[in-house]
Amino acid sequence: MSLWLVILLAGLLTFATRFSFIILLDHIKVPDWFQRGLRYVPVAVLSAIILPELATHNAILYLSLRNPQFYAGALAVLVAWRTKNVLLTILAGMIALLVFQAVLGVH
Amino acid sequence: MDEATFTTPRHEFWRGVREEAPLLLGVAPFGLIFGALAMDAQIAVPLAQAMSAIIFAGASQFIAAQMIDAGASALVILLVVFIVNLRHALYSASVAPHMRALSPGWKFLLSYLLTDEAYAVTITHYNQKTDPANKHWFFLGAGLTLWITWQVSTAIGIFIGAQLPQKWPLDFVLPLTFIALVIPALKDKASVVAAVTAALVGILTFGLPLKAGLLVAAFVGILSGLLVEGRRK
Repeated sequence: MSLWLVILLAGLLTFATRFSFIILLDHIKVPDWFQRGLRYVPVAVLSAIILPELATHNAILYLSLRNPQFYAGALAVLVAWRTKNVLLTILAGMIALLVFQAVLGVH
Repeated sequence: MDEATFTTPRHEFWRGVREEAPLLLGVAPFGLIFGALAMDAQIAVPLAQAMSAIIFAGASQFIAAQMIDAGASALVILLVVFIVNLRHALYSASVAPHMRALSPGWKFLLSYLLTDEAYAVTITHYNQKTDPANKHWFFLGAGLTLWITWQVSTAIGIFIGAQLPQKWPLDFVLPLTFIALVIPALKDKASVVAAVTAALVGILTFGLPLKAGLLVAAFVGILSGLLVEGRRK
C-alpha cells in the first residue's frame, strides 16, 4: 500500500473517531448514566494528562521530591484556584518551574 | 438568558482564538519537532506536511513517522494511529450535546478540528454561560488557530529542522493551561473525585503503550465521579 494511501486512511480513521458520537448522539438515545458521565469527561481526561506530564521527565516517570515540576504544578493549582485566570496560572507556573529548577539544581 | 450571554459570531470566534493562544506556546515547538523528525525518517516533504493536514493529531503523527521509518506494515500503522487517537471519541461524546442544532457541514468541520487543545478550551467555554446560537464560532476560532499553528510549525520544522533541546521548558505550558482550565471546573465532590482518580490512575498506567493509560485513567475517573454522584442521591 502506498504511504499516501496509509496517511489518507489514517486521517479518515481519526476523523471518524472525532465525528463518531457527534453524529451518533443525533440518532440514538443514550442511557441516563451515559449522559451524566459526560459531565466528568473534561475533568477526568485533562487530569489524566496533567499529572503524568508533571510526573515525567523526557517521557520517563520521575516520581521524586526533587522533581521541580511537582512544585511548579502545585503552585499553578493554587493560582488557578484563587484567580481562575489562565494567563496568570501559566505565568506563575513557568516562573516557579525556572526557580525550582535552579533551586533544586535539576532540569 | 441574561444579556451578557448574547454575542455575535465574530465576538465568539475571536474569543476562541484568544483563549487558544496560550496553548500555542506548547504546540508550536511540538510541530517543529514533528517536521524535523519526519525528515529524519526519510518521509517525503509533501507527505510529511500532508500528515499534519490530514491526520492532524500530534502524538499519533510522531508514532506513525517512527513506524514508517522502521518499515512497519500499513495495517499496523493504521491500527496504532486508531488506538492512539481513540481518546477523541470521548471528546466527541462530550461536545455532541452542544452540537445537535448545527448543520452537517459544521459538524464535519468541527469534528476535523477536534484536537486535545481545542477540546480543552472549547468544553470549558461551553460549560460556562454561553450564547447557544453562536458558541460554535468559539470552537471554530480555537480549532482554526491551532490548525494554522500546527501546519506552519510543521512546515518550518521540515525546512529548517529543529534544534530544540530534548526537554524544552515551554512544553510545560500545556499542563499549566490544563490546570488553569480544570481547577475552576471542580465545583463539587464528584468532579474532584473524578479528577483525582483519573490523575492517579494516569500515573499508574503511564507505562501502557499507545496512550492506552490515558483512556483507562479517563474511564476510571468518569466512573468514580458517577459513583460518588450516585451515592449522594
